[in-house]
Amino acid sequence: MAITDDVLVIGGGIAACTAALSAAETGARVRLLAHKKSTLRQASGLVDVLGYAGGDGPLSDPYAGLDALPEGHPYHIVGEDGVRAGLRIFEEAVGDAYRGGHTDSNALVTTHGGAVKPTARYPESVAPGLVSTSGDMLLVGLAGLTDFDAPVAADHLAAAGVPFSARGVTVEFPKRFRADAKVTRFAKALDRDEDVDGGTVRSVLADTVAEELDGESRVGFPAMLGDDHDEEVRAELSDRLGVPVFEVPTGPPSLLGLKLEDMLFDALDEAGVRISAGNPAVDFEADDGRVETVIVDQKSRPTPYSADQVVLATGGLVGKGLDSDRESVTEPVFGCHVPHPEDRYDWSEPEAFGDHAFARFGVVPDDELRPTDEDGEPHFENLRAAGGVVGGADVAREKSASGVSLATGAVAGRLAGEEATR
Amino acid sequence: MSDAESPGNPTLTPDAQTDDFEAVEVFPDSTDMDLRPGADNCYKCTACDVSCPVAEVDDEFPGPKFQGPEQWRLKRKEDEAVDDSIMSCSNCMRCDDACPSGVPLSQMHNTARGEYVDEEMDKLSREYIRNRILANYGTLAQLGSMFPRLANAVMGNSVVQRINEKVLGITAERDFPEFATQTFREWWNERGGPQVRSEEKRVAYFHGCYSNYNTPEVGKAMVRLFESFGYEVVVPKQRCSGTPMFANGMLDDAKRAAGINVENFAGLIPEGYDIIASCTSCSMSLRQEYPELFDIDGIEDLSAHTYEALEYLRIHEDLESAVREASVEDQSFAYHAPCHGRNQGLDRQAVELFRQLDGVEIEDVGDSCSGISGTYGWKEEKYDKSMQIGADMFDHMEHAQGNVGMTECPTCSMQMEHGTGYDIKHPLQLLEEALV
Repeated sequence: MAITDDVLVIGGGIAACTAALSAAETGARVRLLAHKKSTLRQASGLVDVLGYAGGDGPLSDPYAGLDALPEGHPYHIVGEDGVRAGLRIFEEAVGDAYRGGHTDSNALVTTHGGAVKPTARYPESVAPGLVSTSGDMLLVGLAGLTDFDAPVAADHLAAAGVPFSARGVTVEFPKRFRADAKVTRFAKALDRDEDVDGGTVRSVLADTVAEELDGESRVGFPAMLGDDHDEEVRAELSDRLGVPVFEVPTGPPSLLGLKLEDMLFDALDEAGVRISAGNPAVDFEADDGRVETVIVDQKSRPTPYSADQVVLATGGLVGKGLDSDRESVTEPVFGCHVPHPEDRYDWSEPEAFGDHAFARFGVVPDDELRPTDEDGEPHFENLRAAGGVVGGADVAREKSASGVSLATGAVAGRLAGEEATR
Repeated sequence: MSDAESPGNPTLTPDAQTDDFEAVEVFPDSTDMDLRPGADNCYKCTACDVSCPVAEVDDEFPGPKFQGPEQWRLKRKEDEAVDDSIMSCSNCMRCDDACPSGVPLSQMHNTARGEYVDEEMDKLSREYIRNRILANYGTLAQLGSMFPRLANAVMGNSVVQRINEKVLGITAERDFPEFATQTFREWWNERGGPQVRSEEKRVAYFHGCYSNYNTPEVGKAMVRLFESFGYEVVVPKQRCSGTPMFANGMLDDAKRAAGINVENFAGLIPEGYDIIASCTSCSMSLRQEYPELFDIDGIEDLSAHTYEALEYLRIHEDLESAVREASVEDQSFAYHAPCHGRNQGLDRQAVELFRQLDGVEIEDVGDSCSGISGTYGWKEEKYDKSMQIGADMFDHMEHAQGNVGMTECPTCSMQMEHGTGYDIKHPLQLLEEALV
């Protein structure tokens, strides 16, 4: 007797969450099977769709770039409708916390390195810092948070030719923490507005930054402006400084990623999706061309989960949905075919940011997103794939990671749900 | 392949290797733990530090990344002692669940803590004596339950509590858990052992200390429930699972107890028995910490055959249909998932199951740690931090509809009761009410 559902989604990232929400919309009983804490906490929290395609970019209209993508790109399978379906599910899940849905155009967001990233949806707190809006910018770094070097980021922005002046300063946070304190500790101090010499954390930080302000009309901090009370923190700082305050997305531990993870998992709960997290799917049992059971390694003990339909959304090489050694690249749960050059020196290019073959490694989906074998036939009638495990997209160069996950998740989840409830 | 694994380094002369360079032992004896691959897997994303409940309230605590891979690397130099901050780790093991890269953080912490206690801690210090007493709760409870009423009166006495705090460093803020007037094992013997016999469906119950001495109703619920599904239940002799010993670095005590438990349980596996625990820290210990820390014949087999009670029924019976057809009198619960249950992937099963039980409202009070972490919250110097960690949970419990708490973990239930005054039930008790 296995734990049984209609649709089993394997994974814990944005593709898996979207697939589960999409399947739940069909009325199917859905379970999300996640391994560790979601990798969303490592992500910037930005949701891009398509920024660069066919040698063009940054694209102002991501949909206009779809046709220029190479053959075999997952966007060709799900189409513009798939992308829009993914964004709809995302917007329903996060509500007002994200902006950008008012237009089809990309926004240009400042990254923590001072690069400019075309992105389709972005957290509300990021909005005042868009490069596509005017207003001179002061970027504020904090002495203890070394991941964000504000002067370097500002110089980088200026070098990119932004139509406003950008200046960066580094200040001391009003409260001293141990040298390796995390961004979450800073956020907590602002949340609680802890007492410090000369006032409270928020007021003293505002006073410090006010001294640096030289006519700029907006001020950006690394994304650490509060966790539970973030809106209140930003409002108070804006109020005290007299100009809008925004957050610059950061790398791990990413507060914006953590917040997105919470929002998506709340949406799963709301939609009645069941969640089993903490253990990896490692194996399966199949019968007559159908996956019958997925085997989860529950502290080295195999535990069966069965479902009518299965969606594989375990991520790419970084998320461990794909595995590689010196000989080959594999998909470790179902052993799906992952095409790759035989000689491993052909997997990558000499340039760090070159057109690497490995970036496009992944399973090869058919027109229903079912992974196919060497002969182009689906491995299993009831197994679909979504997100980073799907090959054919170079998401880092295209700026399409979230979009590919949302679109393939939405379509794979809907198809799985429809099959299961048929 | 890391550089350290390369056989021979041409730039180093043999002399230099013996004088200045200490080679890392790459292939140690098979009985030794090799933590190197785990340390090498850390890419310093700090996901563990962000998920650490102690680091969140204790600005002095360097966090799991330091306690694990970084300290392991520092320790390659022989004159480096383990940092005393290791004693502030509460062994909640949430870092294991957070690590995206498979670093065995809790195993590294347990090992470092064991070494610190062995080599750095004064065995006559108040802290050592206090920790040894707390770690060996089973022994204390065995004495207490010989004269439960007297023990309860003594331990509940405020003068005794203040003496415990002043002399031993056990907080006076908490009420000592009451000993049951009849232990689970006394009840078990009185009823004459198993009431159901079966060749096919057999389980051996690991009740642990708390359901034996303090909450025998949980153990009784387990027995009646499994018997109602046709299982033969046996209750082998057993010692503490070792959880409080690991958390206090008393690895010798833990190994002795583990030896007895492995001997008494592993031999039943070939006869068709699986091992069931009702406490999620006991099942965690048998499943993960035993094989990680000790090399005892049969320990892997025991680990692979151990289950938490609800988990076992969900896998082996159609528990969901049974619950859907049952009903109980109207009641509402505020459920807290213990960290050790979370790490086994069990954090959502009680809510998922009881949402389908007619008459029951159940709400998850969030994914924070309760803050007590076994013996951590009993230490006088940790009490305030323990309550700060628990603040989120108390708050959510008070806002939840139910005014009865629910959890699988005995010490989480102490903390829930201490922070809110609610009665706390174990899921097995509700399941017994619904199905037996």
